[in-house]
Amino acid sequence: MTVNPTAPARPVRTRGIEAARARQAIWLLLPTLIAIALVAGYPLYRTIYFSLFDANLTTPDQRTFVGLGNFWFTTDEGVSLGFLQDPKWWGAVKNTLLFTVVSVFLETVFGMIIALVVNSTFKGRGLLRTAMLVPWAIPTVVSAQMWSYMYNDSFGLIGRGLLGGQALLANTDSAIWALIAVDVWKTTSFMALLILAGLQSLPSDMYEAADMDGASKWTQFWRLTLPLLRPALLVALVFRSLDALRVFDIMSVMLGNVNAAATSMTGYARQALIDNSLLGFGSAVSVAIFLIIMVIVVIYVTAFRVKFD
Amino acid sequence: MNLKTTNPALYYLQRAAFYLLVIVIAFYLLAPFLWAVLTSLRSPGDLFLPPAQFITAETTFQNYTQVFSNPNFQRGLLYSLIVAVGSVLISLLIGSFAAYALGRFRFKGKQIIMYVILAVSVFPQIAVLSGLYTLISNLGLYNNPVGLILTYLIFTIPFTVWVLTSFVRDIPGELEEAALVDGASPLQTLFQVLFPVMMPALVTTGLLAFINAWNEYLFALTFTSTNRTVPVVIANYSGATQFDQPWGPIMAASIVVTVPLIILVLVFQRNIVSGLTAGAVKG
Repeated sequence: MTVNPTAPARPVRTRGIEAARARQAIWLLLPTLIAIALVAGYPLYRTIYFSLFDANLTTPDQRTFVGLGNFWFTTDEGVSLGFLQDPKWWGAVKNTLLFTVVSVFLETVFGMIIALVVNSTFKGRGLLRTAMLVPWAIPTVVSAQMWSYMYNDSFGLIGRGLLGGQALLANTDSAIWALIAVDVWKTTSFMALLILAGLQSLPSDMYEAADMDGASKWTQFWRLTLPLLRPALLVALVFRSLDALRVFDIMSVMLGNVNAAATSMTGYARQALIDNSLLGFGSAVSVAIFLIIMVIVVIYVTAFRVKFD
Repeated sequence: MNLKTTNPALYYLQRAAFYLLVIVIAFYLLAPFLWAVLTSLRSPGDLFLPPAQFITAETTFQNYTQVFSNPNFQRGLLYSLIVAVGSVLISLLIGSFAAYALGRFRFKGKQIIMYVILAVSVFPQIAVLSGLYTLISNLGLYNNPVGLILTYLIFTIPFTVWVLTSFVRDIPGELEEAALVDGASPLQTLFQVLFPVMMPALVTTGLLAFINAWNEYLFALTFTSTNRTVPVVIANYSGATQFDQPWGPIMAASIVVTVPLIILVLVFQRNIVSGLTAGAVKG
């Protein structure tokens, strides 16, 4: 707002309109803010609150304050009760991190390859672009079931056909790789779509200049495409990583809830909370997951200087 | 292009390698889905056949008739539709108010509100699971689709607000100024001036939010017992005995819930790409 000294009446009036607009904005935002407070703010507060208590899901009113006991607590007999002392929790953390790092890395590489292919001109380009949307449009639970069937050791194309009757999902060490393959298949197209959108916004004259200078396609990719694509790529990476860190569906469907608890942080928390009715303990685990994800968001945003407009 | 005349052999080799890559990619993207379609069209007895015979085995629709006559599946479809449509309509309505305010108005604290909305959209759902569970049982909404509609707002609202805000910003201001000069209230302006212009954006955003709500699993699994949505029904589809996984019907049910989505996505292809990039890349 620039104030024009020759017309003293105007800034006052503008300020009046501004103030009125600000009041109207609050009214327009109110329903959204109330809804967010109701479904996100209040439940998050309750989760943090319950994490400090020993409580059962069926009788949440009969609770005793235990402070950080759900996180770390050793009884006089030397029994470890905090979830941070549970090797199964750390196994779930390790598996989730492995899952996130490997699948997001593969998705980025494959997504880049697919986007570069679709971005070049060839016959059938439209068809490939359409095919790209198919895995993305399939519900996660459905793709999990489809792959469970393909991994099946007595029916499956992969389990019986390629591996000769090996039960890939029966053992956690091989299961994690089988799950990564499902996630990569399902979400590579999402990555490819975002990268493709980034590619199409790149200025073509820079490539013409690079061609004139005799730069090879390979050099052009590393020197031009990749640096220019960085912002789009980083935002896609952040969103995919956060999705992978809170993964639950494919573990739950393909491994069942018991083994899902050993393979994903969310699965571990849900088993404690719902299957075992441990309201306080499960809430403490949820708070830990929340903190882990928030720390990773902060690291991403500061380290890569991701801008969200 | 010069390569074609200077070294035709290398040129055609390169083209062949490129088309091979295209075929590999198309196969990778589509084969699992096509295999599921094929499985859904085979009788249970044929599932054991080796791939070559499996492909040529007799086509039957018995899995589909079985799935459609399954009351759990029928109810799942109905509840999925109610829950997804309900949460999307609420989000579009109140989300467009918020998007209008955030995209067009200048006021203090706007930046903070934008960040809060973004933070909610990266929220791990598990962090609110216990709080929501107690809230839902206190409100008496356990196993009630209304409870799911309410809880799905946690991801549909931030998404719609975020995407619609970036659309609202791109609408030229003259349209709305004319209405303001004529003394229209913000709501009148929004409904009569901006909504018609925003129609494509509303459809796109609604569709993407619908897909998310249609696919949701964790809340649906936790907050319902018998009134389940379709993903939960498919995840727990069971056969006559505990050890019998009815793969034919499971694949048929999977195809039934997927095909409408694929058709919608293909029809709205261009809008979807712009919606996704507005939501993710621009911020």
